[in-house]
Amino acid sequence: MRINPRFTNKFVQIGLNLQAFFTVGILVIIVAIICFKGLPYVNFEFIFSYPEDMGRLGGIFPSIVGTILLALLSILFATPLGVGTAIFLTEYTKESKFTKIIRFGVESLAGIPSILYGLFGFIFFVIKLRMGWSLLAGVLTITIMILPTIIRTSEEAIKAVPRNLRIVSYSLSATKWETVTKVVLPSAIPGILTGIMLSVGRAVGETAAVIFTMGSSLRLPTSLFDSGRTMAVHFYILAREGISMEKAYGTALVLVVSILLINVVAYYLMNKAISKYS
Amino acid sequence: MSTKIAISGLRVAFSKNEILKGITIDVHRNTITGFMGPSGSGKTTLISVINRMIDFEENAHIDGEVHIDGHNILDGGQNTVELRRRVGTVFAVPIPLPRSIYENIAYGPRLRGIGDRIMLHYIVEDSLKKAFLWDEVKDRLSMSALKLSGGQQQRLCLARTLALKPEIILLDEPCSGLDPISTAKIEDALSELKKDFTIILVSNNTKQIARITDFSAFFYLGELIEYDTTERLFTKPSVKKTEDYIQGKFG
Repeated sequence: MRINPRFTNKFVQIGLNLQAFFTVGILVIIVAIICFKGLPYVNFEFIFSYPEDMGRLGGIFPSIVGTILLALLSILFATPLGVGTAIFLTEYTKESKFTKIIRFGVESLAGIPSILYGLFGFIFFVIKLRMGWSLLAGVLTITIMILPTIIRTSEEAIKAVPRNLRIVSYSLSATKWETVTKVVLPSAIPGILTGIMLSVGRAVGETAAVIFTMGSSLRLPTSLFDSGRTMAVHFYILAREGISMEKAYGTALVLVVSILLINVVAYYLMNKAISKYS
Repeated sequence: MSTKIAISGLRVAFSKNEILKGITIDVHRNTITGFMGPSGSGKTTLISVINRMIDFEENAHIDGEVHIDGHNILDGGQNTVELRRRVGTVFAVPIPLPRSIYENIAYGPRLRGIGDRIMLHYIVEDSLKKAFLWDEVKDRLSMSALKLSGGQQQRLCLARTLALKPEIILLDEPCSGLDPISTAKIEDALSELKKDFTIILVSNNTKQIARITDFSAFFYLGELIEYDTTERLFTKPSVKKTEDYIQGKFG
């Protein structure tokens, strides 16, 4: 016999609601704990002054700069490469064994633990290419690490652009490249941006790969060849070595808030770009 | 009356499925020529050869010759991008690009390197006027084209094609999804436009073909059954099949 449909409906609705609340709840609790523990230590001075005594005193200005530089430069390198690869895979090749191999490779790369990227970056960039622990070695390593995400999300976004729009563009005497740059990419931007945002999150939150390649200097990085640390690394070292839990939570709060800010700003810009046309 | 498009012995097959079985037809300059026939008769495939949009279909095998002004456009050396500027297309479903009305029209001219604002303004206004759409949109050219009604969108697509300054305009059932008022506006526009262009109108709507075309061709299952002036074809068709189709006995 079939169960009363009204009962199943109610049951499923309540169940799904609970699941959603549970997920969001965990997130809220984590953010709340970080706010609660970190807020007392975050002030203007904490953000804009240099650390003293290994981070026990002072602020986190150099690691904020380090985080921004690492994330920004990695995205700057990875986006053209990743989007270019995605365009090649979707528009300029036919589905074949070759594209399947590339896609398989990309997917495998996405699954590799970050510490392996760190190890590779250490051996190749830091030692072999003699970059030393430097912003550049960190940026190159993180670039490689986030490439698969950007390629996959861009590919999906480009594939989702209706074929009709391409056909219309060709019929208006556009070449393939004109069609890709003027019609396909603008329509795919929201999807591509999602991939970029995910990548920013990974770059900002990464520790293992960064310690191996960018090092953990407390100084302000002023050139590509300077070592430096990101907020995540700073947090890790402060907490792991028992230097200062207060400063660690303060750093964590700044980190969380900045990720939030980046997301909000990115989505604001994206919506502005979209509403221009639709 | 001179010949603009001369098609001879055109065969098109997808894999082993032959869609056009040897079409030979001359389309005259500055006329509206109607291609009619039930679906599956190969009309759409035929015009997709004339603008070489068929290049985007997979496994298409083409035989025969299509001459425009004496040049075989099926030659390997044909510049298809330039061809599609000369041979404009309006599709059955209006597909505006996701940008403003103005930018939709300016898309083609910009590709051709026209960046001068006064020149672009002139082309946009002129094209919209010729497509009988100017009065409805002149105050909101920067609005998204996706917000227009279906009939307006189709006239936008016509205007966008006109902005290419083509020689030939191919229309693939342009009124199939439109209301009678929008249809009438497009028909009026076409009747005006034939002074400057050679127009091919593909339609399954025999009444429309009778209303506005000068010549009509009836296709059936990949073959050209009959081709004559519209007047003669609709009053004294020489083939029984044509007569049955016109009278609505099948199709």
